[in-house]
Amino acid sequence: MSLTDAPTIITTRANDPDGHRLDRYVATGGYEALKKALAMTPEAVCAEVDEASLLGRGGAGFPAGRKWSMLRKADVAYLVVNGDESEPATFKDHLLVEKDPHQLIEGVLIASYALQVNQAFIFLRGEFALGLERVQAALNEAYGFGAAGSKVLGSDFSVDIVVHPGAGAYICGEETSLLESLEGKRGFPRIKPPFFPAAIGLYGAPTVVNNVETLSNLPWIIANGGAAFAALGEGRSTGTRLFALSGHVKNPGVYELEMVKHTFRDLIYAPSLGGGIPGGREIKAIIPGGVSAPWFYPEHLDIPLGQDEVAAQDSMLGSGSIVVMDDSTCMVRAAWRITKFFSRESCGQCTPCREGSGWLERILWRLEAGQGRLEDLDLLLDVCDNLAPGLTWPPQQTTICVLGPSIPSSIHSAISRFRDDFLEHITQGGCPHG
Amino acid sequence: MSHLDATMRTRAEALIALYPEARSAIIPLCHLAQEQDGYLSEPAMVEIASMVGATAAEVRGTASFYDMLHLEPVGTYLVGICTNIACLLAGGLELLEHASEALGINTGATTEDGVFTLEETECLADCDIAPCVQVNHRYVRTTTPSALDELFTELRAGQRSDEIPSHGTLIRTQRSVGLMADATEVKAERQQARAAAEARASEKQA
Repeated sequence: MSLTDAPTIITTRANDPDGHRLDRYVATGGYEALKKALAMTPEAVCAEVDEASLLGRGGAGFPAGRKWSMLRKADVAYLVVNGDESEPATFKDHLLVEKDPHQLIEGVLIASYALQVNQAFIFLRGEFALGLERVQAALNEAYGFGAAGSKVLGSDFSVDIVVHPGAGAYICGEETSLLESLEGKRGFPRIKPPFFPAAIGLYGAPTVVNNVETLSNLPWIIANGGAAFAALGEGRSTGTRLFALSGHVKNPGVYELEMVKHTFRDLIYAPSLGGGIPGGREIKAIIPGGVSAPWFYPEHLDIPLGQDEVAAQDSMLGSGSIVVMDDSTCMVRAAWRITKFFSRESCGQCTPCREGSGWLERILWRLEAGQGRLEDLDLLLDVCDNLAPGLTWPPQQTTICVLGPSIPSSIHSAISRFRDDFLEHITQGGCPHG
Repeated sequence: MSHLDATMRTRAEALIALYPEARSAIIPLCHLAQEQDGYLSEPAMVEIASMVGATAAEVRGTASFYDMLHLEPVGTYLVGICTNIACLLAGGLELLEHASEALGINTGATTEDGVFTLEETECLADCDIAPCVQVNHRYVRTTTPSALDELFTELRAGQRSDEIPSHGTLIRTQRSVGLMADATEVKAERQQARAAAEARASEKQA
């Protein structure tokens, strides 16, 4: 899919109707990387991942190798897979768990061996009914094959993997909240410090939490070497990455592209990728990395799809999900709906987030409904400033987790760039877009 | 008297055994209770609490946090329509409004015959086929009002029941084995691996 000659790393079975089955997986090289890893020392496996410079694919983009190196030494430690994919417009892990569950399981096994943990949990969002069934079926096959359980593939390493269904809460994508949920509690994020999972995680034991896509890269990295992965992309953004493209594009979908070597324009307009905007319309704004990210505009189209490249423009590549909004889009409505989401999903622990998200949603709704006042624009920005003082990027932290301080991103973007949209709603007493 | 039937009780015990601490099984057990009753009933929560060593209030406290755990009965088919950003741009709100009219109920309500409950959902991670619709957490990919009408007719006629089980049944594939890594074995492995790693480290230093 890449416009460069980079190999396809994690979507090789995406179009194979039997790609989720063990026989097909093994016939296409599956579990060879695990065999190779088991013949290496755990330190050597870690070194390959470090050399690959594999950045976490969940949203924060923390280097996986470094995350691993921070795991506190203890007799009992855990690996937890974050498959709670819920950042709006992110749908890449959905593809990986349904189409290639063995690749994820092999990644979990390689990581478990590298980290020397004997129990791993695959936390998948509950709304992935098919994904849960696919991963459970694949795991059953992996146990039968001897790849999971006691003495993995005849080695001196044993690990159990448990598939754990979530029950519907965006906040559980935040790793400490996910651990609370896995302990059977409400998904309340824990405060860091001291609750960095690598030090105090699941049941207080050191825990590594990695995203589905991050772990799905491991079989390729071990099979081909960390250096081969690091040779792709540029700077810190190595390898390929899944970009989930949605909104006003002709061909929405998940595209695996070499990092940094493609721009937003390539992804949105290339005939083999997004294919452009329907009806020949123009782009009004782009959400570059999930709804927590500040928006981009047409002048940003030539920015490369790389973590540092996007960060340098005061936004984030986040979960790799890109939403295109064309010139027919009502930005008041867009900002309102995104804010409504945060309001519904705020866990309620911290006042600025719990109260602020609701106030913001209600003010935005009255603007959209034509009941807004001119002073509402300053009021919105004032509430935003209480959530993320100074409205900087990255935001100042006022709450336990980053959900609250992310709320202002779309509101601040919409008001700064499309003030006229808001004014029209006020002067016309309703939404000009109907 | 157990509220969960014998099969469910066995499955619940097998689930609890997968976790180092029994309370971790609370959410999987809530899903199981929903599979039996269609929703999470009071006696089910009491029983789950006793099985994992928590209080019923703790189980309710957990359950009430999550969108998928329903403390009141819902329809056989829970229809979820996403109106979050990607779906909003594709007419999600309009599709939700259509569903509301077609079923004759408000969002959040259940039809009088108990067949459908309509929900406005947040992002369901299927944004390239927008607006996204799920029935009992299964993607149905009906993005137009007419396709949705057809789906409602089929569901009412029971034509999709193989693919879409009634509400509560989430994961039809059960785990085939319990935990396999034996604790004593793991301890021995750990000691052996640690000694080997230390030997390698001192070799490297020398």
